Amino acid sequence: MTGNTYRIGVAMLALSITAFAFPASAAELNGANTAWILTSTALVLFMTLPGLALFYGGLVQAKNVLSVLMHCFAIACLASVLWLFGVYSLAFDEGNAWIGGLGKMMLSGVSFDSLSGDIPESAFFMFQMTFAIITPALIVGAYVERIRFSAVLMISALWLIFVYAPVCHWVWGGGWLAEMGVMDFAGGLVVHATAGTSALVIVKMLGARPGYPAQLRPPHSPGMTMIGAAMLWVGWFGFNAGSALAANGSAGMTMAVTHISAATASLVWIVIEWLKFGKPSLIGVVTGMVAGLATITPASGFVGPLGGFCIGLMGGFICYGAVGLVKEKLGFDDSLDVFAVHGVGGILGTLAAAVFASAGLGGVGLAEGVSIGDQLGVQFTGVAATVIWSIVATLIIVAITKAVCGLRASDDEMNEGLDLSYHGERDYNF
Amino acid sequence: MKLIMAIIKPFKLDAVRSALTEIGVEGMTVSEVKGFGRQKGQTEIYRGAEYNVEFVPKVRIEIVIDNDRAERIVEAIRQSAHTGKIGDGKIFVYDVEQAVRIRTGETGDDAV
Repeated sequence: MTGNTYRIGVAMLALSITAFAFPASAAELNGANTAWILTSTALVLFMTLPGLALFYGGLVQAKNVLSVLMHCFAIACLASVLWLFGVYSLAFDEGNAWIGGLGKMMLSGVSFDSLSGDIPESAFFMFQMTFAIITPALIVGAYVERIRFSAVLMISALWLIFVYAPVCHWVWGGGWLAEMGVMDFAGGLVVHATAGTSALVIVKMLGARPGYPAQLRPPHSPGMTMIGAAMLWVGWFGFNAGSALAANGSAGMTMAVTHISAATASLVWIVIEWLKFGKPSLIGVVTGMVAGLATITPASGFVGPLGGFCIGLMGGFICYGAVGLVKEKLGFDDSLDVFAVHGVGGILGTLAAAVFASAGLGGVGLAEGVSIGDQLGVQFTGVAATVIWSIVATLIIVAITKAVCGLRASDDEMNEGLDLSYHGERDYNF
Repeated sequence: MKLIMAIIKPFKLDAVRSALTEIGVEGMTVSEVKGFGRQKGQTEIYRGAEYNVEFVPKVRIEIVIDNDRAERIVEAIRQSAHTGKIGDGKIFVYDVEQAVRIRTGETGDDAV
């Protein structure tokens, strides 16, 4: 995203973003770039379906696994339709500093030949759609095993319109944070910080799972979780390296640092477990992987291999600490650690991007005249704005949802399992 | 006739089966069960959180046999299911009043 623009330098940022916002008629379509973005689009969709669905599904009880798979699938469909109807327009159409216009509702004015930069705008639309799909799906991890299905749909829909679209516009659509020169290559702010913070708000308003924290049942299938995690890792290449919006050196290095960070954070996680509990766990190694990937995401197009390694180390250590802090110290039943892993990772990586992007640490270099301190200030503003907006908007969205369709499943429904209660099926018929 | 019911550790099932086959046992019924005894439950740790598993998986085997062989079978199970660690399980022996082989109608010792 801004990775493409950043190579040119922050000074030209505003100009480059204009080029994304309006299909530049002068540009020629680049076949190689188009092919990579089409591929990346498929990879990022694969992250949600089935990657994230399986990752989350394995972590819940057997009587709720189908409901989690259903949440991810239904959100993917809902987000796709909303993206076409107007969320894409709100995020990427020319508007003001705060929100995009409505000129591209139903892709109006976008033809077979329309370009976004040097790729078809239809491909850009699809690539960005897969981000809009996975972001509300990430939040599923916060509310599993106790939410009403109708509430899932309503929260996700309102959330896409009122949280995702504006933040995406601020950062990637030429909004005020982009004007300030905020660096978020692939979604530390837009995806992970928004989803993570909103997850905490939903948890607070929805309440904990029955039996939390003393009498919870362990994850029903860590193996399923590992399969999903592995798909996330592969798909993340499209997520990060695709955000270069080109098949070039930036994409190559992005893929490399993404991989290094994931591997490093995984090792950090199991080393901590090994020292603390005497046993390194499968769920630990894959959780570390997600932490490493979420943390590198905003920085991925800006840092070199050293940055990738250091960010992986930090992501592993700090997200590990955050899991215990949120669940045990603060008492939030953020069931599958959406905030601790995605929120904390995304925020940490957004701040780390300012440091490791500097040329002295092997990064692409900050814009001329911008010091690490200056850039950290910008990154911090981005984090604060994203976090505050996500909290406030999600509070209102959840309150409306609660009033309209109710939030929490009844005790009977939870005892029976959400699979049978809401979907009339179970995942395992022995 | 005696009914021998043993609750054993699941991974010992194969060892018990071969020990019993060796001394001529020709059939048994096996079920997967859960429970707790002195072993209580066990603790599992996922993402740093402790989960108490209060009912531990076990395997229950049931064998009906004529009175003469019952003792040898109990001893064979005891030896083959033994690890010496807590949770090895228990063996119970019951008197059986009658047995009928459904296919032929045979009764008593002939049926088992």
